[in-house]
Formats: sequence, structure tokens, C-alpha cells
Amino acid sequence: MHDLRDLHDVKVPFGPQHPALKEPESFLISLRGEKITSMSVRLGYNHRGIEKACEERTYVQDVYLLERICGICSHSHSTCFVQAVEEIAGLRVPERALYIRSLIGELERIHSHLLWLGVAGHEVGFDTLLMYAWRDREVVMDILVKLTGNRVNYGINTIGGVRRDITADQIQEVLEAVRALEEKTKYYIQVATEEVTFVKRMSGVGVLLPEDAVRLGAVGPTARASGVDRDIRRDDPYAAYARIPFKVPTSTHNDVYGRAVVRLSELMESYQMIRKILKDLPEGPLTVRAPRKVPAGESLSRYEAPRGEDVHYVKSNGTEKPERVKVRAPTLANIQAVSRMLEDRYLADLPIVIAAIDPCFSCTDRLIGVKQEARRKKDTMSWEEVRVSGIRWYRERGIDFSSLNKELERWLG
Amino acid sequence: MKKTRVGKMAACVLRHVFKKPATTRYPFVKSSSPKAFRGKIVFYPEKCVGCKMCMRDCPSGAIEIAQTGEKQFEATFDLSKCIYCAQCVDSCLKKALEFSGEFELARLDRRQCIVTFRAPHQKTP
Repeated sequence: MHDLRDLHDVKVPFGPQHPALKEPESFLISLRGEKITSMSVRLGYNHRGIEKACEERTYVQDVYLLERICGICSHSHSTCFVQAVEEIAGLRVPERALYIRSLIGELERIHSHLLWLGVAGHEVGFDTLLMYAWRDREVVMDILVKLTGNRVNYGINTIGGVRRDITADQIQEVLEAVRALEEKTKYYIQVATEEVTFVKRMSGVGVLLPEDAVRLGAVGPTARASGVDRDIRRDDPYAAYARIPFKVPTSTHNDVYGRAVVRLSELMESYQMIRKILKDLPEGPLTVRAPRKVPAGESLSRYEAPRGEDVHYVKSNGTEKPERVKVRAPTLANIQAVSRMLEDRYLADLPIVIAAIDPCFSCTDRLIGVKQEARRKKDTMSWEEVRVSGIRWYRERGIDFSSLNKELERWLG
Repeated sequence: MKKTRVGKMAACVLRHVFKKPATTRYPFVKSSSPKAFRGKIVFYPEKCVGCKMCMRDCPSGAIEIAQTGEKQFEATFDLSKCIYCAQCVDSCLKKALEFSGEFELARLDRRQCIVTFRAPHQKTP
């Protein structure tokens, strides 16, 4: 019998390109036998420069740019941004617009959680659940396209209100869809809590204790599944949430199973909230006139996205364009917890534990330039220096593009 | 802990063997977009006054409005740049822009994505 203590740690790079990952990100895993001893996460493969691009565009253009941070929680990002701008400009958004924002927000939560349920099923080898959950997700996608004009980037928000009204016929359609979805969700709750293969695969996997969840700053369903009762919709109400009663589901399972239960319970809450929103929908205008030039000021806006707390910081300088926009996507808050969840756990649990925080790495990627006060080491580069160092890096590894460049120049004349 | 069992979804799956598929036969059967769908933008040159608000507000710089004569304007759209947000439709004060339900816009050649709406007196090529 071998003693596991005699084994050395083996370092395994997981990603940036890996079949088990949906997006490029890199994990460096230390393994002893089949157990993970430590893990480090490296982001930075999806940087798109959105924050910088915001500074070059007007506020109206930024709404659409920031909406495209994420394909799943697009409404979260655009609402979070317009809320910040409205606060700086001192706009009073009409009640009806706030209700419509909440309505789309909840519909988005439904489609995001159903999508997650399918992905979770897929990661544990329960592809039947994936197929059925995604089939039913189409119901809410169809409703979203009918209400807003698009399946993913809804474009419903504008600074000072919403762009589209909701008619009486559409209200009936939404109610009908919600009724159908509620029945389906009840069935999925039964499946998730009674199907033995699902329950056993999820239970005790990716454990995150409440104190760790708080210490590592976990947000959203990941934190709530560890018994941390936090929800921005209740704690810092925005849109119409102050006027809609709802429960915040939490779980004390602390594992992936708990995260599934929390998300499914949130679905049931969302259906109830949508009914309440549609019943109370006040009459009135949809927008207030927004100035093109936003007065100087700064604002921090929070939003409970399906994955957790989304934070936008906007600083304006009195022109048509913001001076600074900072985005903190929920995945950045949750990703720290993944290493803790996997410590001393099996390698085979890795895909489902990563999937259980519902990660979105493209939304997360931000660049931070750190300026050293002492300037011992030069840490910023000009474009020319980047170019020269790139050429040198390849040349050191025996790859030289100079002859190829000359040929290309000859070609182009 | 609830009572658990194996094959909870089996009954549901077996039932669906005898049901119609949930998918549609899209390229073979035409699919229509809902009324509210934001598809390809349509331009009405006779309504345009050349304020260029659409150009200013377009997040992706896909619109170009050019003056071709007295009170005559033509619009060029780059459909490969357009993100179909329809902000230009909202920005237009004279309702010279409208979105249509057309969504089958993929082309192999980028040049085919550039659409020009000519002013009325000009002949469309």
C-alpha cells in the first residue's frame, strides 16, 4: 500500500483553453494524488477595454456598450449604469419606468437561472436536465423578445426611463408564460431534490462555510447558499423593489446542492414578484427628459444581478462623456471563493464547482494599472515599448518575423 | 432529507417520445420575428432634414448621412457594424428611420453589408 504522503505535488495547468471551460481563463492546480492541495486563478484572457471605451463615448452610447458586457445579465449592467447617471443628473424616473425595469430584471433572472440549471445538469453528466431546462427557457426568451425587441441585449433602458411601454395584451402573455414556467419549475425542484444521482453528486461538493463566504466577499446565490442573507434588492432597494414584497431564499447546505436549491427558490419568488409588478403597474409617462451634458459629480450604483451584486461607479465632468466608468461584475467577487471551495477536494469536482458560481469571465476582466510611488521598476509601457518587447520576446524563443515582414511589404508594394 | 429515487425524469422523457419535437425546422420552414423585433433599419429620405442626430447617437458608428442636393439626404448603413439597438430610431426627430423585422442579414462579403438609401431624385443602382 502506497502512502499518499510520499507523493509530490503535481502542478496541472487547467486552461486558458480547456474543453471543460466555457470561456478562456486559467487555473493552476496543485494536485496530490487526485486531491487538490491549492489552486490559483488567473483572469485576463478576455480583456475588451470596455471601461476605457466608455470614456470616449457619450452617455447614450455607453448604455448600449455597457449592456454588452454580458450576454446573460445585460439588463443588470445597463440598469446599474443608468441608475448611476440618473443620480448624478438628479433625474426623477417615472414610476412606470421603474416597474418595467424591475419586470425585465426579474424575467432576466428567470432566464439566467434556468440556463444555470441546465449547465449544472450538464456538468454533472445529467444532460437530460440540460435539454429540458433550456427548452423551457425559450418560453421566457420569447417573452423578452416580444417585450423588448431582442432576446439578449434588450435595450429597454435609456437615461431617464425606459424605451418601450407594455400593453394590456402583453401583460396577459407574460402572465400566461409565468404560469407555464411556474409549473415547469415546480417539476425541476422535484427533480433536483429527489433525483438521487443529482443530489448525491451535488451534496458536500464545493463547500463554502458562512465565515469564508463573508471573508472572501462572495455575493448573490453563492453567498446565500452559505447562509449569508444578503440581497441588494432588499438591502438597498432600487427600481420598484421597495414596493414589492418578496422573500430572500437562503440555504445552510453550503455546497453546490444548496446553490441549486437557492436558485430554484429564487425562480419561484421571481414568478410571484412578476405577478405583483403587473398587478400594480402604475400609469404615467415612460421617460423624463435627460440632459446630454451630465453635471460634474460621481455616483456608485448597486444592482442584484442573477449572479450577485453588480457595482458601477461613474464619474462625470460636466461634458457629454463620462470621465471614468468602473464596473465590478459579480463573478469577480465570487471567483476568490472557488479556490477555497476546492481545497482538499477531488479534481473531478472542479468543473461543477466552477460552474456553480455561474461564472462569467468575460464580464469580469478589468485592467488595473498600479503606479508605484517609488518608481523602482518601470511598470508602464508606451505602445512602442510594447511592440519592441513583443518582438524581442519572440526572437528570444527563436521566432523571427522580420523576413516575413519584408516579404509582406514587398507584396503590398 | 427528502426521499430520493433513481430516474426521476424517466417518465417525462418517455412521454416525449410520442410528442412533437420542441424545435422548429428553421431554414426549411420560414421563421417570423415578433412585431417589436429590432431588425434591419429602414430610412425614408423624403423625411430626413439632415440633423445627423442618428449619427451622433449611434454607439457603433454604423450610420452615415450625406447631403446630395438641396434638402436631399442619403443614408449609408454598415450592417456589419450595426448592433441593432435602434437608438437612431429614438433619436430621429422626423421619424425618418424605422426598424423592420428583417433579421437574415449575414453575408459572406463585407461589402454587401453596406446598404445605401438614396434620395428620391437619384436612381437606385
